[in-house]
Amino acid sequence: MSSMNATTAAPAHHHADPVGAKTGMWLFLFTELLLFGGLFIVYAVYRQRFGHEFGLAAQELNVTMGVTNTIVLLTSSLTMVLSVGALQRGRIGRSLAALVATLGLAGVFLVIKYFEWSAKHSHGIFPGAEHLHAMPHGEGLFFNLYFMMTGLHGIHVVIGMIVMLVVLVKIRNGSVNAANQGVLEYTGLYWHLVDLIWIFLLPLFYLTN
Amino acid sequence: MDNASLAGAEHAATTEHHPVPDGTFILVWVGLLVLTAITVAASVWFPGRVGIGVAMVVTPIKAAMILLWFMHLKYERPVFKIMFLVAVAILAIVMGLTFFDYLYR
Amino acid sequence: MTDSQVSAAATAGAAQPWGYSGSYFDDPPGGRSGMMSWLLTTDHKRIGLMYLAALGTFFIVGMLLGLLIRLELMQPGEQFINARTYNSVFTLHGVIMIFLFIVPGIPAVLGNFVLPLQLGADDVAFPKLNLASWYVYMVGAVMALVSLFTGGGTPDTGWTFYAPYSVNTGSNVTLAVLAAFVLGFSSILTGMNFITTIHRLRAKGMGFFRMPLFCWGLYATSWIQVIATPVVGITLVLLAMERAVGIGFFDPARGGDPILYQHLFWIYSHPVVYVMILPAMGIVSEILPAFARRTIFGYKAIAMSSMAIAIVGYLVWGHHMFTVGMSDTARWVFSLLTFLVAIPTGIKIFNWVATLYKGSIEVGVPLLYAVGFIFLFSIGGLTGLVNGALSTDIHVHDTAFIVGHFHYTMFGGAGIGLFAGMHFWFPKIFGRMYNEKRARTAWGLIMIGFNTLYFPMLVLGIMGMPRRYHDYLPQFQVPHFISTVGSWILVGGILLMIYNLWRGARSGSPAPANPWGASTLEWQASSPPPQFNFAKPPVVTHGPYEFEEILKSAPTATPEAAS
Repeated sequence: MSSMNATTAAPAHHHADPVGAKTGMWLFLFTELLLFGGLFIVYAVYRQRFGHEFGLAAQELNVTMGVTNTIVLLTSSLTMVLSVGALQRGRIGRSLAALVATLGLAGVFLVIKYFEWSAKHSHGIFPGAEHLHAMPHGEGLFFNLYFMMTGLHGIHVVIGMIVMLVVLVKIRNGSVNAANQGVLEYTGLYWHLVDLIWIFLLPLFYLTN
Repeated sequence: MDNASLAGAEHAATTEHHPVPDGTFILVWVGLLVLTAITVAASVWFPGRVGIGVAMVVTPIKAAMILLWFMHLKYERPVFKIMFLVAVAILAIVMGLTFFDYLYR
Repeated sequence: MTDSQVSAAATAGAAQPWGYSGSYFDDPPGGRSGMMSWLLTTDHKRIGLMYLAALGTFFIVGMLLGLLIRLELMQPGEQFINARTYNSVFTLHGVIMIFLFIVPGIPAVLGNFVLPLQLGADDVAFPKLNLASWYVYMVGAVMALVSLFTGGGTPDTGWTFYAPYSVNTGSNVTLAVLAAFVLGFSSILTGMNFITTIHRLRAKGMGFFRMPLFCWGLYATSWIQVIATPVVGITLVLLAMERAVGIGFFDPARGGDPILYQHLFWIYSHPVVYVMILPAMGIVSEILPAFARRTIFGYKAIAMSSMAIAIVGYLVWGHHMFTVGMSDTARWVFSLLTFLVAIPTGIKIFNWVATLYKGSIEVGVPLLYAVGFIFLFSIGGLTGLVNGALSTDIHVHDTAFIVGHFHYTMFGGAGIGLFAGMHFWFPKIFGRMYNEKRARTAWGLIMIGFNTLYFPMLVLGIMGMPRRYHDYLPQFQVPHFISTVGSWILVGGILLMIYNLWRGARSGSPAPANPWGASTLEWQASSPPPQFNFAKPPVVTHGPYEFEEILKSAPTATPEAAS
């Protein structure tokens, strides 16, 4: 009797459940949305208080770099989704090329960010700097928010690049393929969220005047 | 069959079996670039209220485009759409309630 | 004989200390053995036990700190802790009890163990992520421990870490809040797992509205874990950044607003109290039908009320901040919304009472705890109305009244709910029974001790005794003394309860698959279940509490009364 219910029960049967995996991924994306959401609340509160100073401080930011980065990320979202589509159709070579392009564009984004930030740094503008402390409150808060939000975003870009590299390796060795493409698809979802957040950061920081 | 593979069998009913053509994505991308250009132009040529207003309208449209097409939400089953709307709604409501404090101090 | 008839009578196999051979306690064939097979398990039942071990340990530490607080407060004047140390003691008590015990609480222990069984599934949707959540929890716990002895020592800010003091104090706030961040991640992983499990792995024939109410409670809870936790995550990171480099978001000298910290903090910390209570309410909804031997009254209303509480719970956080300087508009808006959340809660309580009415009641130990929950949580909820009304809150905010209120709800609610669930599912988890008499004695001590400890706090608060004070005026002495005596009785009861459960798990008499004659799916698996839960995936043809249906299909299976 007892043996019927004991270890003779069927062995581990965790068949793949792509819808379940996708559900899990979306739930994770919601946590990212709320994580950044907290910062958006901080931004909204201080924007409401210090609207004028926010506008003044925003003029220090380089709109060209911000817009270029936007185009870079939007394009990287395109290459990412093309990569996923190619893999789903079994076009491994195309998928890899598009993924490499995505990685490259992500790298370009970080390089531009680096130039932006170092320019700021050379003007004494970095998180918690004395220069910021000496500015009118609203302007100091603007720059600290700028660093917190683009910094958190930048960390997510780096994480995304690392994940993409891992997936790249897996596609090359065949463990991620047309029949088993979930990992690439979910990486894509993550990447699009990174892009989505930047879409909001652009007007909030660069186009505020 | 166990629950997971029963669920897996439903997978056939999901969207992976009608892939979206590359052309659609390229069109969406072009649209995103155009909308970005509009937002930037508005803020440069009409700084202030108009520029901000345009950004506040256009940005959510861009976001929706990424969600619906790039993130495939347009083609997913309703449960994903509902879940996403719930998450966004809660964020919006929470932000709004916070402003009951800050707007009326 | 049907599968359920077979398993209704069966236990898993030969008895051994701590579980039975042929059950999930055995090392899986072809895998690792001994300790490694536990540390690298992906079996939800084992992970539930691992959480139990960790949470149980931290609960005892937190409880000892509580005893210490009460010893210091027994008399006016300094007994043996100075003011600065006292601040650290109550901070640590709060951090441990909240972040390390009650928030992971029922979901991590009983949710992990019972959810897949109740759904008729093999395991959760992401078993490896489940193991990861335990390790993330342990990392957070170690970080919290390390913060006690490094940097400037144990934080002395209260578990709420309010700016500006938390920014300026020399104690090791940074590591402590980063530990909380890591612990939040564990919570998020559990929530993600449960939502997906409930959506994807229900047995054939089990629609959402045939799911047990414990699962509904876990579902609503998991949504809160996923959506609310990241907000406190970023808030604590901002606090750490503020301490590290001075970004000024909460610093008036830099244009920041300390109240913004409180907003962000409570946007999570209010919903999290519903993370604590919803699973406990789910457990009560499981126990009452089993022990009243009739279907739950108003299944749909109870299920929907869990969701309603989860949603409304996001709208009320400002009621923690009525006295700090919010606008008047915010204050009455939050007060009004706070009253709303009492409605779905009330629906549950009325439905539970209606379930008992004209039921065939067996006063087993789980029922004692469930009724204890209803009593204690009702007191907590009613005192919540006093707090939610602006005019009365002015008087009781930051007094011992609040301390009494949240202990009645968190401990009398979620804590007692956990004890109830442990006694209810104990035979399923360990395949053995605890000593009934000792369990009842422990329950009695806990109920008496609990009220003796916390009711005086309600009185003290109205009299004007502030909270987080380590000394007080002589007029407060009598209730303080009574309260301290209550703490001894309560701790005595808890220790007896733990001892009883420990002995039962080690060497209690064998339990059948369904000792309570309950109706949900987990009772069809053997006690304790084998590694993969069910020999054949169950097929569900009726709601979870339909006793007539069950009796119709298995007329020869007689439920065994607890000995």
